[in-house]
Amino acid sequence: MTTFDTIHDDAIASARGQRAGKRFSLPLSFRRLPVGLILSSLVLAVAFLWALAPWLFTSYNPLEGVGGEQLRRPDASHLLGTDALGRDLYARIVYGAVHSLTGAFVAVALGLVVGTSIGVIAGSVRRRVDDAIMRLVDVLLSIPSLMLSLSIIILLGFGTVNAAIAVGVTSVARFARLSRSEVVRVRRSDYVEAAFGSGGTFAAVLWRHVLPNSLTSVLAIAALQFGSAVLQISTLGFLGYGAPPPTPEWGLLIAEGRNYISTAWWLTTAPGIIVVLVVLSANRVSQSFGKVAA
Amino acid sequence: MSGYLLNRLGQALFVLWAAFTISFVLLQAMPGDAILIKFQNPELGLTPQQIAEIRASYAADSAVWVQYIQTINRFLTGDFGYSVQAGVPVGTILAAHLPATLKLASLGFLLAATFAVVIAFVASLTPFAWLRGAIQSVPSLFISIPTFWIGIMLIQIFSFRLKLVPVINPGPWQELILPVITLAIPISAPLAQVLVRNIDDVLTRPFVAVARAKGATRHWVLWRHVAKNALLPTLTIAGVLFGELIAGAVVTETVFGLNGIGGLTGRAVGSQDAAVLQAIVVFSALAFVVINLIVDLLFPVLDPRLRTKAGATA
Repeated sequence: MTTFDTIHDDAIASARGQRAGKRFSLPLSFRRLPVGLILSSLVLAVAFLWALAPWLFTSYNPLEGVGGEQLRRPDASHLLGTDALGRDLYARIVYGAVHSLTGAFVAVALGLVVGTSIGVIAGSVRRRVDDAIMRLVDVLLSIPSLMLSLSIIILLGFGTVNAAIAVGVTSVARFARLSRSEVVRVRRSDYVEAAFGSGGTFAAVLWRHVLPNSLTSVLAIAALQFGSAVLQISTLGFLGYGAPPPTPEWGLLIAEGRNYISTAWWLTTAPGIIVVLVVLSANRVSQSFGKVAA
Repeated sequence: MSGYLLNRLGQALFVLWAAFTISFVLLQAMPGDAILIKFQNPELGLTPQQIAEIRASYAADSAVWVQYIQTINRFLTGDFGYSVQAGVPVGTILAAHLPATLKLASLGFLLAATFAVVIAFVASLTPFAWLRGAIQSVPSLFISIPTFWIGIMLIQIFSFRLKLVPVINPGPWQELILPVITLAIPISAPLAQVLVRNIDDVLTRPFVAVARAKGATRHWVLWRHVAKNALLPTLTIAGVLFGELIAGAVVTETVFGLNGIGGLTGRAVGSQDAAVLQAIVVFSALAFVVINLIVDLLFPVLDPRLRTKAGATA
């Protein structure tokens, strides 16, 4: 668990708190769409398009530089300038989106699937198994998340997928905790009692009633986790444990630009701003997603 | 009270043992092992037989559970193993790197607390709604910026553009200015967030209304009545903050080339030095557990309302 999560837990909590008061908040939230939300969605949409079809956005090759065009300042022909090998920085950022975003997706999916399974098992079986599992989750939370990521990186080796797994594992405990508490809450409700009373088997009730009703807030957290994952993956990339060069992963771009910090400011500034924008936008969009879902 | 204390201590010891076991399983199960990486290098000209002897001296080939028992015994007697890469005991390495990190982390935390208090109180004091909104959104901006990038930007702006902080041969305190700011920014965010929420919460309490009704000014109420009540609950996120401090130290020390535990961690991962990394993981879990223990035991002392029902905080 990182502070990132603590902060955004509040968003979910407040969204959940509001649900009790306003039952029909959905039309209201559609009536006055805030500008920030529209801009954030736009940023995310562009980032996803970069990941899906980078060739639509730039005609430069992200991996091969042009001779004689090294370390050009940003101008009309090179929007964000070029690096020491004459590669267009904007092209590298565009082609790098796929690495950063799929990494974040893999990380969130891993945490979501593994964590939720653990939490649902703990919450529905209860007693000894529940105690044992939740103790283990406590232990996972006591290891600082970066330390856990680094241990897993040592175990698996460097690489894009391994970095994504390492980031995903750090969120398993969090998903497990949340989904367990949701399952416990749903299990106490009358309709679950009724389903059991009308002869539903354990597995059927779990699948048809408990799971769908406990998943909304878990999905809201998953959306929030996305921004955090982009941040963590760029950190691992920067430290050199992610994709190997010359992959244009965003964290790695910043690490490479560091060597030219006194002469070519754009090499570190531009990719960093992109990461900040994407993370901010992901948080903004997923917060409103959390509100609507809750 | 003593029953509660024992229970809490038992819990702490369990978490510590489990963290040790998890890190052992993760780090000893690794396929590439540090001994082979270091000694299989053909330039060293070691015969396979010599490598086998070296492996035997590190007990690298005995059964995993034997290694586990041996390692846990060694940790209990204060022997944290031997760094294969550096060729010195892990304990010595840690002791050599600890002071730099302690200095960075404590200064960074102090600055973060200052940032947070300023953000929270300015946000509560400001009369303009738009300014309040702007200040309150600062923490969520801070948390969205990669820590390593903050460091690089600070170097770029203050060292290379404005030439305020020297990069080459800075003094012992000068070299800490930018790292401390870098570390403080992400850590101030959750603190400020919790403070802002606590202040909002405390402001709605009846005793605030009573104090105001008696004629106290807004500032006086905020200082005398709200501050105390709002600062206390921030202790609950101490454990989370510690994790962030560790992560921040690794990144900050790497960016600024400081020779502390953080930089050591980075190098240990790079050279797959499992012994060093395991010691660091176990130590950070220990620190986390101790911090949470202290917070739990300190709460009833600091908050008189909890003294009668100390067990309820468990």
